[in-house]
Order: sequence, then C-alpha cells, then structure tokens
Amino acid sequence: MRASTRPLMFRILLIGPAALAICIFMVIPLMLMAWISIQGRDYSGGVIWGQFSFDAYTRLFFERELDGTIALNLSYFKIILRSIWLSALTMTISLIVGFPVALFMATRSQRWRAVLIFMVTLPFWTNLLVRNYAWILLLRDHGTINNTLLWLGVISEPLPLLHTQLAVAIGLTYSFMPFMVLPIYSSLEKIDFRLVEASFDLYASRWHTLKRVIFPLAVPGMVAGCILVFVPSLGSYVTPELLGGGKTLMIGNLIGLQFGAARNWPFGAALGLFLLLLVMIALTSYARSYRTNAQVGK
Amino acid sequence: MSLPGFKKPYKGDARHWPGLFIATGCFFAYVYLPIIILIILSFNENRTVTVWTGFSLDWYAMAFENRDIIRAATNSLIIASIASISATILATLAATRMATDKFKGKTAFNAMIALPITVPEIVPAVATLMFFASLGFTLGLGTVIIGHTIFCIPFAYLPIRARLEGMDPRMAEAAADLYANPIRAFYRVTLPQILPGILSGLILAFIISLDDFVTTFFLGGAGSTTLPIYIFGLVRTGVTPEVNAICSLMLLLSLVLVSLSLFLGREQSR
Repeated sequence: MRASTRPLMFRILLIGPAALAICIFMVIPLMLMAWISIQGRDYSGGVIWGQFSFDAYTRLFFERELDGTIALNLSYFKIILRSIWLSALTMTISLIVGFPVALFMATRSQRWRAVLIFMVTLPFWTNLLVRNYAWILLLRDHGTINNTLLWLGVISEPLPLLHTQLAVAIGLTYSFMPFMVLPIYSSLEKIDFRLVEASFDLYASRWHTLKRVIFPLAVPGMVAGCILVFVPSLGSYVTPELLGGGKTLMIGNLIGLQFGAARNWPFGAALGLFLLLLVMIALTSYARSYRTNAQVGK
Repeated sequence: MSLPGFKKPYKGDARHWPGLFIATGCFFAYVYLPIIILIILSFNENRTVTVWTGFSLDWYAMAFENRDIIRAATNSLIIASIASISATILATLAATRMATDKFKGKTAFNAMIALPITVPEIVPAVATLMFFASLGFTLGLGTVIIGHTIFCIPFAYLPIRARLEGMDPRMAEAAADLYANPIRAFYRVTLPQILPGILSGLILAFIISLDDFVTTFFLGGAGSTTLPIYIFGLVRTGVTPEVNAICSLMLLLSLVLVSLSLFLGREQSR
C-alpha cells in the first residue's frame, strides 16, 4: 500500500509545480486567446466580453467601410502569403547552403566534428537582436557592403539593400541556420561511407553518388531541418522589424501591431491562432513524413 | 572510413571533395564576418560608424557612463537571475521523476514542457499579455519574470533530463537499500551526479532570458526596460557607435556563458 502510493505522491509533488506553472501561464493564456478571438471589439480596441463576433476572422479578407458595407481587402492576406513565401525562401537557402557544410562536418575526424559543431552552434546563443543589428551595419546605404562596392568601383550609387525582402531573408537565414545544419549532420553522420566508395567503384560520378547514395540517406535530416527553420521563420518578429523596415511586415509584426498602435485585441488573437495553426500543420506533416521514412527504413 | 589499403586521397573518399571545403569556408565567413565587423567597428573612433579612422575605447566609456544603459543592464540581470533559477528548480524537480517514472500522460507532459520552444514566441507573448491584462495585473518586472521563467523551463529541463537518463538507476536503488530516505538519497547520490547538467541548464536558461526581446517587449511596462529593449529603441532611431559597443559587450557575455555551459556539458558526458 505504502509502496504504491509514495511514488505517486512524489510524482505529483515534483512534476506538479512545473506542470502547474506551464498550465497557468502558457496553456490557459493560449485558450484565453482563442476565446478572445471570437469576442466583440469596442471602440478603443479592447474586448467586449460575452459578445460573440467573427469580425476578427472576416477581417482577414474583408473590410467594413464606414457606411457599413463590406469590401474585399486582401492587404492582411498578402502579409500572410509574404510570411509563408519568405519562410519558404529562408528554408530553401538554408538547405542549399547548409547541406555541403553538414556533409563536410560528417566526413571529418571525431575531434574536428566536435569543434565544427561548436562553431555552428555558437552564434545561435548570441543575442538575436545583436546579430540582426550586425546585418544593418553591413546592408545600410553607407554600410560595409555598399562602401566596399563603391570603393571597388562596381557601383556608382549605393544599392538599396536594407528594408527589402532580400534583407529579411538574409537575416532569417542567418538566425536559423544551425537548425538546418545540425539535423542534416546527424543523419549524414550515420552513413557508412563505404557505400560512397562502393558507388565510385561502380563508376558513378560524384553527382550521381550524391544523388543516388547520399541524398536519400540524408532525407530525414533534411526534412527535420526544413521544419526547424520554417517554423521559427514564420513566427519571427525581430528580423522583419529591423531588416524589413515598415514595408516588409510578416505575421509576427502584424500580431504585434494589434497590441500596439493598431490596438485590436480580437484581431490580434485571431492572427495568433492562425499562426499557431500554420505551425501545427507544419509539425504534423513533419511527424507524418517522419513515420513514413521510418517505415521505409525498415 | 576509407578502406585500410588506401592511403592516398582518391575521389571515392568524400573527405577530399574540394567543393565541400570551399562551401564550408564560405559558410563560416557568412556566420562570423558580420559579428567580427561589428566588434571591429565598436573600436572605431569615428562617429559615422562604418568608416574606419582609428582605434578608440570612447564608446565603451560612454556606454558605461550612460545611466539608462546601467539601469537596463541591471534589469536584465535581475530578470535573468530570478527567471533562470526558478526555471531550473522547476525543471530539476520535474526531471527527477520524468527520467525514471513511466506513467499515463507522460507524453502529454513532455509535449507541454516543450511548448515554449515549439510555438513561435510572439504567440505566447501576446496571449500572456491578454491574460495578465484581463486579470488586471500591472505590467512590469514581475510579469516579465513570470514570462521568462516559463520559456526558460525547457532550456533548463532538457540537459538535466539527458544527464539523469545517462545515470545508472541502480545507484539510487543502492542508496535506498542502505536505508537512505528518498530525500537523502537525492542529495547524496543523484544530485552530485546531475550537478553539471543542472549548471549547464541554468546557464542556458540565463542566456536565453538575457537575450530575450519579444516576451519582454510585450509583457514589460514602465521600469522593466532590459538591454535588448533599450538597444531595439536605439537601433530603430539610428545606428550609433554606442550601440556597437553595447552589442559587442553582449556578444562577449553570451559567448563566455555558452562556452562555459557547453564545457560543463562535455565534462558530464565523459
């Protein structure tokens, strides 16, 4: 009797506080957010409790004119599409840049691997704001890149680099790169490189070996990396704010605006929920592909 | 992994593909050059920031004399210390059971504890903002500390749990056989073994809290300005050499702390 109740008591006492903290300050707020998204909105942007309204959701596509008529307005939807596009672009660039790095790491000696992993992870732990700020210094009209190009005589006027979609994509890639390199590395690391040698012995070219031997074995890592880059890119706030300027808003900034200047809580809540939904779709599709991969592996 | 007979590099050995080396070199240049340029420019005496004219420590001196910066740094340290310590305590308690017990709802709890790292930060930040505002809380240091504690939990939890899972469960059992009560067994047997994991988790949580912008921005109020919030304000109005200096200092602090944490993590895996 005692023996069976005591572990339970310990479990509740020890796991309880963390579970309770996350429940109260994370799960309940998220539920509250879902509730607020279907509440009415008063003139100051606050919530009218108990008055149901789906205005926040129709607002994504339509706009209520002052005279009460409803007109199609896709400007918010465009921001969502842009967020998805920029995240997909970030993911693709990271994959192309990250793959050779991961392959290089996987083919080093044990000691070098540890050093390289350290070097790849290190920037991730430095301040995101600082890392993005460093790119402002490079991309500004009189920043390092423009100054260098002017000095070399390649261009005669500074290129507009900052506050563009390109700047946001560069910043996002820079921020989330380790999430792509490390999963690919961990699946490449398990490859038996004698397979690669066998492929060459059978007169395959480098490209063929890469395509037929290495890529298929690296797929699980590549999929994981893509998800790990796509999800935080989609919800990013700081990078588009600093490198995109006011013109290149993403969903995160649009959500932020509803709690600042624009002040529309139900709309902000609906957008937050929408972002959560996009993330869930990405994560479940990953879980599904992971399962199919595991089956193929058998 | 080449066959023993082959000493000379041949193209079958993926280690000697020339493209890989170049691509990796470019990658590390891309990763580290912006940071290095930032640090170099912070020592530039010129006010125009991006043109090098000479070495100077003036901007560092100015940063240390600026009262707003000192106040923001103090806030950052207060928040990061309280949040990382509370998160580590919660995480350690939970991890000691999660690593050994099997029970219904374990997967659900694991998913819940990972929530702050799977969901984009902006969503819980605004959700918690609405939660606090609906309850009539005044936004400030307190609300920021609560927000930070929550997202620090998974960062502290993961290394501690990894360490616990690597531990031989028979050690704790042996302690129990020798009539140590569970609390004593924890202090004398388990704790000394997982201490590096706890410290590593604590430092990671501390860095994450110190660097946080989004949660602080939405849950903060008057008097809870942290360094990232202060820097953000400056950066939006324009690039100044003081910002270069503060940013370089923050970089240095993160680098020292993370190296320490990874070093502790390595020690424990031996």
